[in-house]
Amino acid sequence: MQDLGISILFRGINFQRLLLGLWVTLRIALITIGISVALGLLFGLAMMSRSRTARGVCRLWLETVRIMPQLVLLYLVYFGFARLFGWDLEGELSAIIVFSFWGTAEMGDLFRGALTSIPRHQRESAAALGLTRSQINRYILLPQTARRLLPQTINLSTRIIKTTALVKMINVTEVLKVGQQIIGQFYREPSAAFWVYGTVFLLYFLVCWPISLAASRLERKWENA
Amino acid sequence: MKRFVKVIALTLALVLVLASAAMADGFRTLDEVKESGKIVIGLFHDKKPFGYVDENGEFQGYDVYLARRLAEDLGVELEIVAVDAPNRIEFLQSFKVDVILANFTYTAERAEQVDFAKPYMKVALGVVSPENALITDVEQLKGKKLIVSKGTTAETYFEKNYPDVQLVKYDSYTDAYLGLLDGRGDGLSTDNTEVLAWAIENPGFSVGIESLGDLDTINPAVSKGNETLLAWINDEIVKLGEENFFHADYEATLRETYGENADADALVVEGGVV
Repeated sequence: MQDLGISILFRGINFQRLLLGLWVTLRIALITIGISVALGLLFGLAMMSRSRTARGVCRLWLETVRIMPQLVLLYLVYFGFARLFGWDLEGELSAIIVFSFWGTAEMGDLFRGALTSIPRHQRESAAALGLTRSQINRYILLPQTARRLLPQTINLSTRIIKTTALVKMINVTEVLKVGQQIIGQFYREPSAAFWVYGTVFLLYFLVCWPISLAASRLERKWENA
Repeated sequence: MKRFVKVIALTLALVLVLASAAMADGFRTLDEVKESGKIVIGLFHDKKPFGYVDENGEFQGYDVYLARRLAEDLGVELEIVAVDAPNRIEFLQSFKVDVILANFTYTAERAEQVDFAKPYMKVALGVVSPENALITDVEQLKGKKLIVSKGTTAETYFEKNYPDVQLVKYDSYTDAYLGLLDGRGDGLSTDNTEVLAWAIENPGFSVGIESLGDLDTINPAVSKGNETLLAWINDEIVKLGEENFFHADYEATLRETYGENADADALVVEGGVV
């Protein structure tokens, strides 16, 4: 029976379908991470802006995404927008919108945290040396912020990759949904679930692990620099 | 600052106006479906043998067979949306699909939210028992032990209608079937689709009573108020009944699961007449 379990993965094009599903997962995650990092920097600056309104809006945005489960947001955009406004968005687009909405706020908060954690004397010393404002930003503040930001950004990225599993609920055939379909073909084979979900676990691991490895290597390198 | 607040207020107002304008008439009528050249149908993707994706990535099953025929007779392409049990109604209410064919059981509560067409399948209770002491009539069960799973329709049905049948209750389906194999009861009752499939896998047992109790029907569903599409589906089901389409569907998709000796009429509904 054990043999039968693992062979399920290689019947027909089942395994290719799993990999295709993984690609969908990665595509959503990568686009989301790209958007989140870019917009997150702006969000972070807005959080530190002098305007009270801008800070308030950011605060509200951040709290909203932290309080609302991602699944509710996905339903809101995918089903809710269609019902309310007649905007029939594709599942994948809805997912990118929701995850970017979330990622931007989280990334912004991380950026704000990293930037404010740099000791004040760094800026003051640079100014005393005669560096201009943009030089201070470019040569003193940004490199240090980037270093502090890296581990948290990696952490957020892997969280985004894992959260994409939710998009199967809005008709996106990503790796977990393909897994369910394969199990569905063999509903009377009790070990099917074990092998298929085990493989899905391994695929997630193979994606997230190298990212973590690369990040810690980079971190070590920068430490010595 | 004030301008900022104004902009937000204006945006919100605009959104509300757009929303109320767009809310009317979200579904696609029969003509709109035909014009667009495709019909969008929500199907299960992991429930063999009713709606599933096979190892070649193709949708298959009893519901899928019907979906293909509907598209063919409309003269349009079939676009399949893979739905799950909890979001079937949502897909219709947000007009993401034209029809749901995901083994959708008719209930009064659901009928308030979507419009059901005529049935194309039925589910009732079945009783499986050892072949050497086969139970073919409910009356035979009097004073005997019948295995049921807790919280199922079988449990409530027998408690209400046949109080002199001794019920042996188990927490899960797996345990209940094991109980029958161990001889802890004279028979076992649950949905007939379940017992029929189980009896195939377990030689020495067969389903003596294939259809018992309150019938549940499985029907196509469309968005609430989509009368043109609903009427077309109803006509189509009647028409298909004339050529015994659903028996052909059963042979093509369900026969393998329920075995050679199973009676198709225990599940199949032709022409929408139960």
